[in-house]
Amino acid sequence: MPELPPHIALPGRKRPPAAVDRTPVYAIVGNPNCGKSTLFNALTGLKQKIGNYPGVTVEKKIGETYSQHGRPIKVIDLPGAYSLAARSPDEAVTRDVLLGRREDTPQPDRILCIVDASNLERNFYLLHQVLDLGRPVIVVLNMMDLAAAAGLTVHAERLEKALGVPVIPCEAVNGRGLVELKLAMSRVELPLARHRWDVPAAVAPAVAELQAALVANDGRSHLVARAEALLLLTDFDTVRVAGSTQLSGRTNQILQNWQKRWETEGTDWAGTLVGSRYEAIAQICRDIVHQTGVTGPSVSDRIDAYVVHPLWGWLILGSVMTLLFLSIFTLAEYPMNWIDEHVALLGDWVKGAMAPGDLRDLLTDGVISGVGGIITFLPQILILFFFIGLLENTGYMARAAFVVDRLMSFVGLNGKAFIPLLSSHACAIPGIMATRTIEDPKDRLVTILVAPLMSCSARLPVYLLMIAALLPGGAVPVTTKVGLMLLMYALGLGGAFGFAWLFKRTLFKGEPPAMIMELPPYRLPRLKDVALHMFERAFLFLKRAGTFILGISVVLWFLAAYPKNPDPAATPSEQVAYSYAGRTGHALEPVIRPLGFDWRVGIGLITSMAAREVFVSSMAVVFSVDHFEGGKNADITPLRRSLAEAKWPDGRRLFTPLVCLVLMVYYVFAMQCMSTVAVVKRETNSWRWPLFQLAYMTGTAWLICFVLYQAGRALGY
Amino acid sequence: MAGAQNLSQLPLGASARIKEMPRTGASFLRLREMGLLPGAMVTLVRTAPLGDPLEIRIRGYLLSLRRTEAEQVLLEA
Repeated sequence: MPELPPHIALPGRKRPPAAVDRTPVYAIVGNPNCGKSTLFNALTGLKQKIGNYPGVTVEKKIGETYSQHGRPIKVIDLPGAYSLAARSPDEAVTRDVLLGRREDTPQPDRILCIVDASNLERNFYLLHQVLDLGRPVIVVLNMMDLAAAAGLTVHAERLEKALGVPVIPCEAVNGRGLVELKLAMSRVELPLARHRWDVPAAVAPAVAELQAALVANDGRSHLVARAEALLLLTDFDTVRVAGSTQLSGRTNQILQNWQKRWETEGTDWAGTLVGSRYEAIAQICRDIVHQTGVTGPSVSDRIDAYVVHPLWGWLILGSVMTLLFLSIFTLAEYPMNWIDEHVALLGDWVKGAMAPGDLRDLLTDGVISGVGGIITFLPQILILFFFIGLLENTGYMARAAFVVDRLMSFVGLNGKAFIPLLSSHACAIPGIMATRTIEDPKDRLVTILVAPLMSCSARLPVYLLMIAALLPGGAVPVTTKVGLMLLMYALGLGGAFGFAWLFKRTLFKGEPPAMIMELPPYRLPRLKDVALHMFERAFLFLKRAGTFILGISVVLWFLAAYPKNPDPAATPSEQVAYSYAGRTGHALEPVIRPLGFDWRVGIGLITSMAAREVFVSSMAVVFSVDHFEGGKNADITPLRRSLAEAKWPDGRRLFTPLVCLVLMVYYVFAMQCMSTVAVVKRETNSWRWPLFQLAYMTGTAWLICFVLYQAGRALGY
Repeated sequence: MAGAQNLSQLPLGASARIKEMPRTGASFLRLREMGLLPGAMVTLVRTAPLGDPLEIRIRGYLLSLRRTEAEQVLLEA
């Protein structure tokens, strides 16, 4: 929109109506935990779309609400930020969109700034920066109920008078104030802020010079240039993200000159600016916020006494985590079995309805089982994100991170990595998706990279089979079973922590980001928000990862089914041996023979790419076990027998105890699950990291198994 | 309250005014933006069960930060 010359757009005076007759685009900004998403959901309901800002792993949320005249208003929910001096990609995107630095998102016309009334001073800091921009702003004074509960009286009218912009008191959780808010949003003209604060003398000449440079060289408007100049001077360690336009060279030069000058003089310019903002804020707040009620320890305080207690805190955390884990592990079983059954029914129906042939096979074994494989993830994803939503909504998540931070930081992991890593023991896919809660991108990436090392539930059938094959004859003693399983889990855990430590030392070196985290007051969860969040995640999974997983399933089916064995009486085992999968297994043999595996195991390794548990049914096919019914309650006795009898061409036993052990260890470390690859690609927005993960995990698996096998042989096993 | 030099040495439950904030370090600016400025009152509410991080009350809200950061926040005696 063309900026009007300064002498017309005076602060306090109304702007002439926009020349273009379209409804304004609003951006919603605010601190984390100020109820922004509740408000966004309340305004837009289900009319939300989630996308990505090109080039960054930050989500773009756009919704639509309606003015009082029924016209659609576009609303962009910008990531929560404590300040426009960004310290994370999320905040960088908020900053860039507001400053108009992103080509993919035009500068919003108006800004809805949400402020937590019970925490006004700190929330005001962001508002203060936003007011600098000179755009029309509506202040939403949210959480008025919490302020009242804390004995605070907040005078919205006085704030409105002081600032000159509409201030709407709200309780987004109850829906109070929404009508007034929509009325304000529907206004044709909004007043500009009556916002003037005196920049400290030491910094004023720099601001003026930068402002002039930004107007002249970067094409900024007068007011935005001033706001940006102020930001540049406090943006000490600028976070730049892809997709934001760079500053011109001349402006950069001026900035650097001033910074160098202050460094030599020893002026704390950045601190001075922040300090003077807070002084201005304190002056305004003195008049607006009054502590009236008596405050003893708040409810939150009393809960925290237990939640962060040295004894109770751990117990509570342990119970919550156990509940979470059990839900994903066992509760999810019911819907997952239901899905499996019905997918099988569908497959049977197609088998009955269509003539036998390639197309039918493609449909049943490729497409339907592929789609079934994707949908099977949904119960776990939904449950996990329901839990996470609940924990975040109530405020417990911050406490959990607070309690475990010390432990996790030993290996350089963020406290919030706890839940993703725990969930990955059920399935890495929801676990990796859950790393979203980690703000720091490096921490998040490291967590994503090591999450699949946690032994997931798909590895269990492989472990069980190998444990059974390990011990000849008779039933396997429970203690051995449990012992070996625990060993595998411990290996995975150790590997994850070890690699996290290594990555933090090497690839992601740099100053460890400070753990500065707000602990919001406890609140009752808002189930509508939690549900919306849960379904959003599930939908995104289906849309983004779903297509890839389906594609891979079809490809893998193809590899195992073609080319067809010319002998029509070929057994399934011979058919697989003849197929591409079989040939690849043969080709793979030289690489895996040093680990003690032959080409038939190689086939299993390949088909495991669809899902690790497929290994068991593949082995059944390859080793000619007739009528093998896979699944949880599979009777593996016939398979166990076949494995025991399997031999190398020279007559040696294939599945010696050593080989079984080595195979288990291989499954602990190797990255096989293509669905996980798809999700990692989606969450990191590039192929680089999933491929790296594939390489480092499989390489490590090979190396460890090589050493293990060769050492075992040398020792005579 | 007397004798407390930096924030990590503040006794549990005690309050003090901030005298000086660090001028360097990865987070020195963000700490100020979150409200830790010279002259502000800060209270040490509790520590995590393992001793680190610390939970402080500043400008009416609760903030957690690690000891390494807290050590650099100097308090008035």
